[in-house]
Amino acid sequence: MPEPILRVENVVKHYPLTRGIIFKKEIGQVRAVDGVSFDLMPGETLGIVGESGCGKSTLARLVMKLEDPTSGQIWFEGEDMAHLGPKAMRAKRRDIQIVLQDPYTSLNPRMTVGDIVGEPFDIHPSVLPKGDRKRAVQDLLEVVGLNPEHINRYPHQFSGGQRQRIGIARGLALKPKIIVCDEPVSALDVSVQAQVINLFESLQNEFNLTYIFIAHDLSVVRHISDRVGVMYLGKIVEVGDEASIYEHPSHPYTQALLSAVPVPDPVGRDERKRIVLQGDVPSPANPPSGCRFRTRCWKVQDICAEQEPPLVQIGTAGGQYAACHFPQERDILDNDVPTAALDLSEMPQE
Amino acid sequence: MASDQQTGGAPQGRRAIARARRREALARGWGQFRTRRAGMAGLGILLFFTLSALLAPVLFPPETISVTRATGELLAPPSGEFWLGTDDSGRSMLALLAWGARVSLTVGIAATLISMVIGTSVGIASGHYHGFGGAALQRLTDWVLVIPFLPLAIVLATVLGGGSTVTIIVVIGVTSWAGTARLIRAQTLSVEGRPYLERSRALGSGNWHQMTRHVLPNVFPLVLANTTLTVAIAILSETTLSFLGLGDPLRPSWGATLDQAFSNGAVSAGAWWYIGPPGLCVVLVVLSFTMIGRALEQIVNPRLGGQ
Repeated sequence: MPEPILRVENVVKHYPLTRGIIFKKEIGQVRAVDGVSFDLMPGETLGIVGESGCGKSTLARLVMKLEDPTSGQIWFEGEDMAHLGPKAMRAKRRDIQIVLQDPYTSLNPRMTVGDIVGEPFDIHPSVLPKGDRKRAVQDLLEVVGLNPEHINRYPHQFSGGQRQRIGIARGLALKPKIIVCDEPVSALDVSVQAQVINLFESLQNEFNLTYIFIAHDLSVVRHISDRVGVMYLGKIVEVGDEASIYEHPSHPYTQALLSAVPVPDPVGRDERKRIVLQGDVPSPANPPSGCRFRTRCWKVQDICAEQEPPLVQIGTAGGQYAACHFPQERDILDNDVPTAALDLSEMPQE
Repeated sequence: MASDQQTGGAPQGRRAIARARRREALARGWGQFRTRRAGMAGLGILLFFTLSALLAPVLFPPETISVTRATGELLAPPSGEFWLGTDDSGRSMLALLAWGARVSLTVGIAATLISMVIGTSVGIASGHYHGFGGAALQRLTDWVLVIPFLPLAIVLATVLGGGSTVTIIVVIGVTSWAGTARLIRAQTLSVEGRPYLERSRALGSGNWHQMTRHVLPNVFPLVLANTTLTVAIAILSETTLSFLGLGDPLRPSWGATLDQAFSNGAVSAGAWWYIGPPGLCVVLVVLSFTMIGRALEQIVNPRLGGQ
């Protein structure tokens, strides 16, 4: 079995909540990411899904080392990133790049496209001699499907999809090994989303990239991912290869999420029962005891409040793990949702 | 356009390309500036004053503004010989104003330069660095801001050795940067929160790179707009300090002229040509800088400027 390129071990990120101006008193913590572990194999795409505020973006920032984890380790190619000095870290940053969500604010409006895409060369001047940079930038623009003649234009002269391509070109400049995509297409039109996703896919093959692909759109994640992790309140509740997560999810939260994916087929839509979760996501400053999903789960038992379910392997095929006391693989289109427990009569029907 | 010439051409040296591009950018900027009426009007006024400042020694030889060698009548109203009348020593007002433009413009621009450099550096640094350094710079800014300008300037001018133009420049420069620093700090904080800075940090950029490549260009329009205001304030400050007798007594600045008019009773004598023109000159120069600054800001800011 090959070595994972990135190993995330039990990382935790707590943000302190303070009160008072001069004498700051810590009155609690927001547990944005609370014990996440995963391995990333070279060349694969790990999709991370979850609703707003579940810690996806914080996880991305931790992997990028834009934030230091409260505890836990992140190993990149066998090296613990926490113990790298500033200089070594700077060099390492060339290998992990990020593509941000909003193509409008992630590009400096005062820099030309040439300067934006060439910025990585300014920061790491040893990568490329100065004279070759313009050529390199133009090549990068061509790679992502932009006109290399547009090197002197400003970001506001481009559309959202083109801007995201500029962001991708910048991410590729240093020939990274991993690209963290933090909701790279959620700000784009659906038709443009498809183009950008396809660009990501072809780039992966051409440049042998490893992706961490964060999104809240499950169909987008399914399209591009080899493996998918589902996050809820700072924890991964289920992880597995794309087929097992989407075809027979075993965690109730995954099942509920998947049942909410719009189906572009009126017949299928009628046959399917949506699992509508009650209530809101609990505050990450005060998460429920035991299983974090128990406040919204229809399978809840006493044990769920007492013990936190560990991430255990589901089924015999391997590769699928879920953190639930009562996991049950289920085809998402079947009708065996326990109606009594769900009490569908009280739920808002569309 | 630009890229056509450069992509086809053989490697013609980076510096040549950079120079060509800078020339192009300047030409483009000038083309845009020309379409702005207010900016052109301001530039016209400023050019007029700059020219008269430069040509003052030619048009009005130094002896015309010498108190002992003046040829005119005392406090004579405007006439064919003295277009703007004479002062209480019989010197031509026109000559005094032209020589005064030299002092006012020099002091205004030089003091603004000092003020902008200090204000922008302190503002960006205090916005960029969190923790002790940034907080200390901010306190320093607040401290300079709350000290009343005039007493501080008078004391400084005396301590540094009053009566020289350089002193006036330094005094105005080091007392007027605090407002700029605060403004720039606020804008820096806003720029620092934008994702492209985070993106730059993810690339491993250092503090210097972040401040010069991302923050400075984004706060620059503000610096520019503030420069025009500060030039105006600096010229007014110079007028004030000269009016208070802290300027160089041998150099007739507009403020010094106003001071003389005031102390020699030009008001009660009804000598409007003694008081009006210097004041008008100050207003016109201040106005011209403001108009130019507004026009420049629209061009430099790519979002305001129409291409």
